[in-house]
Amino acid sequence: MTKNTIAMLMAAALLLTACGKSEQAAPVTTVAGTGGSRQGDFGPPQGEPVNAILTSPPNVPPATNRKAPAKVIVELEVVEVEKPISEGVTYTFWTFGGTVPGSFIRVRQGDTVEFHLKNHPNSKMPHNIDLHGVTGPGGGAASSFTAPGHASQFTFKALNQGLYVYHCATAPVGMHVANGMYGLILVEPPEGLPPVDQEFYVMQGDFYTVGKYREKGHQAFDMQKAIDENPTYVLFNGAESALTGPQALKTKTNQHVRMFVGNGGPNLVSSFHLIGEIFDKVQYEGGTHFQENVQTTLIPAGGAVTVEFHTEVPGNYVLVDHSIFRAFNKGALAILEVSGDARAEIYSGKQGDEVYYSDKLSDAAPVTTAAQSSASGTLTKEQQIKAGEILFKGTCSACHQETGAGIPNVFPPLAKSDFLLADRKRAIGIALNGLTGPVNVNGVHYNSVMPPMSQLNDDEIANILTFALNSWGNDGGVVSAKEVTQVRATTKRTEGAAH
Amino acid sequence: MNRAHIWLVAFLLAAWGFAASAAPAAGARISGGQFDPVLPPAPNVKTTVVAPYRLDVALVSNADFAVFVRKHPEWRRDRVAGLFADEGYLRHWASDAGPGPAIARQPVTQVSWFAASAYCEARGARLPRWYEWEFAAAASATQPDARDDPVWRQDILDWYSKSARGGLPAVGASPANYFGIRDLHGVVWEWVEDAGAMLVSDDSREQGDPNRNRFCGSGALSLEQKENYAMMMRIAMLSSMKASYSSNSMGFRCASDAGTGP
Repeated sequence: MTKNTIAMLMAAALLLTACGKSEQAAPVTTVAGTGGSRQGDFGPPQGEPVNAILTSPPNVPPATNRKAPAKVIVELEVVEVEKPISEGVTYTFWTFGGTVPGSFIRVRQGDTVEFHLKNHPNSKMPHNIDLHGVTGPGGGAASSFTAPGHASQFTFKALNQGLYVYHCATAPVGMHVANGMYGLILVEPPEGLPPVDQEFYVMQGDFYTVGKYREKGHQAFDMQKAIDENPTYVLFNGAESALTGPQALKTKTNQHVRMFVGNGGPNLVSSFHLIGEIFDKVQYEGGTHFQENVQTTLIPAGGAVTVEFHTEVPGNYVLVDHSIFRAFNKGALAILEVSGDARAEIYSGKQGDEVYYSDKLSDAAPVTTAAQSSASGTLTKEQQIKAGEILFKGTCSACHQETGAGIPNVFPPLAKSDFLLADRKRAIGIALNGLTGPVNVNGVHYNSVMPPMSQLNDDEIANILTFALNSWGNDGGVVSAKEVTQVRATTKRTEGAAH
Repeated sequence: MNRAHIWLVAFLLAAWGFAASAAPAAGARISGGQFDPVLPPAPNVKTTVVAPYRLDVALVSNADFAVFVRKHPEWRRDRVAGLFADEGYLRHWASDAGPGPAIARQPVTQVSWFAASAYCEARGARLPRWYEWEFAAAASATQPDARDDPVWRQDILDWYSKSARGGLPAVGASPANYFGIRDLHGVVWEWVEDAGAMLVSDDSREQGDPNRNRFCGSGALSLEQKENYAMMMRIAMLSSMKASYSSNSMGFRCASDAGTGP
């Protein structure tokens, strides 16, 4: 029987007793737990000192796999670097280890950590470090205050297990944090964390630049925006591209994934969410107890969370701050790419899409009529044109315009379009599969993106094209559903494309 | 002016020694006055009085400092006592004797507080005191105290948004401020005479700590003017430096009491 179970039974017994004798003062009981710092000292370090493995985000050092307290040497270098914060936008970050967030540190509860903070000679600023996992005044800040070109040393015993933020605490503290000076230190429980297939390190932060969001060039820190808590960027791992495109986090299906997620702030509290996944386990504040089946979890500035989930369905999953304007207007987006075989029994992908009219039911009559005539083999060109007109308005006119004239230099015209009229089969293909890249229409160069319209059925595409071929002065012709069927069968389409 | 006068002037210049040739003019006279500094002079006291003083218009250059080192070889990097300068002392110079032509006109950096003090002393001057420095540095081109001007403040902060890896500009290259002083912002940090007395806590967040009077009540005070981040960073930098430390972004200029002068 474990210590915890005994404690729970004792508590239960006391409760029962208390019911009977309510007038007596309830005895002091302790809630079962790991014992905190009082249970975290496992004696002096044993064996040879160990050099801590530090990793850059999104990587996490391997488990310590130690069974006894060790002396662990951590060497962390502070370096001020100019790096992209967004495409074509640079910013001078102040970093622990050259990255935002800083290097990940992993030790075991009870370890004695000899910490060396080195401040690069090219730094303009003095810096220090406050580790939330340290028991002692300032979390190490005063003991690690270091001028450029110098190195400081201090030692602490990691008494509490958990996932902790560290950050610079030199005046002005807010500015040092806003420039990227934060990271995570994991203090493993003595028995280690349960093994998982993959671990990632992600940290959110808010950034304040003089220029607007995505304004090109080198951007300076904007103190007033920081004081107003009005960030220009809200980012995972310090750059808009840090975890997107080729840098996306990558895993496979059927993996047990653990993410150590911190929030450096300096100001914002994160509504952390992974679109398309449910966190099987969340340890708030990197604490010991966990909650299950969590959709969105709060991460305070200067706080951290450990989330775990299992991947079932392949595809791209998006990490966001679900305070959602930050995601789509300030950069708080990251991608987790899950590769593997589809699991249609769990998630089917798109199974159908049909035109839906609500209050305009009568307007849809020609579409219904055309569909019925097509099924019975009595479809006329006029029916097709009438149905196509309605479908065109619903699907195509946003870009090509109801006049068929398009938008100059952006969306090509369909009216008297040499490109459209030259090749009917090509036109069917474009309606089905979309078109990306340069085309020449009536002597004008266009280079836009048309999304695939494969959600429309063969009848509908035939009707739209027939309408287009007989409108705005175009010289006629009919596209049949059969032709569309043939093209659909012979070309490859993007799965689930929509617009 | 007659011949005797000319000879007298020549004699005085010679007696003045290297200083006349190495250092720029004796500096601009600043009349001082009442001033609310970032670091208050005492608990519950916000205002100090800055006495009239003279302050170098420009920073001390590598060439200036090389002249000093020639006269005072005990301050050569190969001879300096380890107590007075750390290993970084003048490390960026081309040789033990001089900086080399490429950086001659740049402000001297990588000098300890001891070396900077010795330089000024040899010139019959001293390092500026923090309040003197802050008083002069509060000025914009048009106002003696521009500290409440957000545009001016942001201009200063922009310097911190550039990394320290680029080369330094020549001394005196930045525009003169209200007092005629150049280079106070956007070039380098500067040593001050009382740098060692800026007893702000090593953990800047201990503002209002009950132990704040442990430094005889004169230091470890809460910083006033919390929006004046540029000055707070100066103070943080100075308080991180011991007198023997050097840094490639720490330079200096000299000052003197204005006394009875014009």
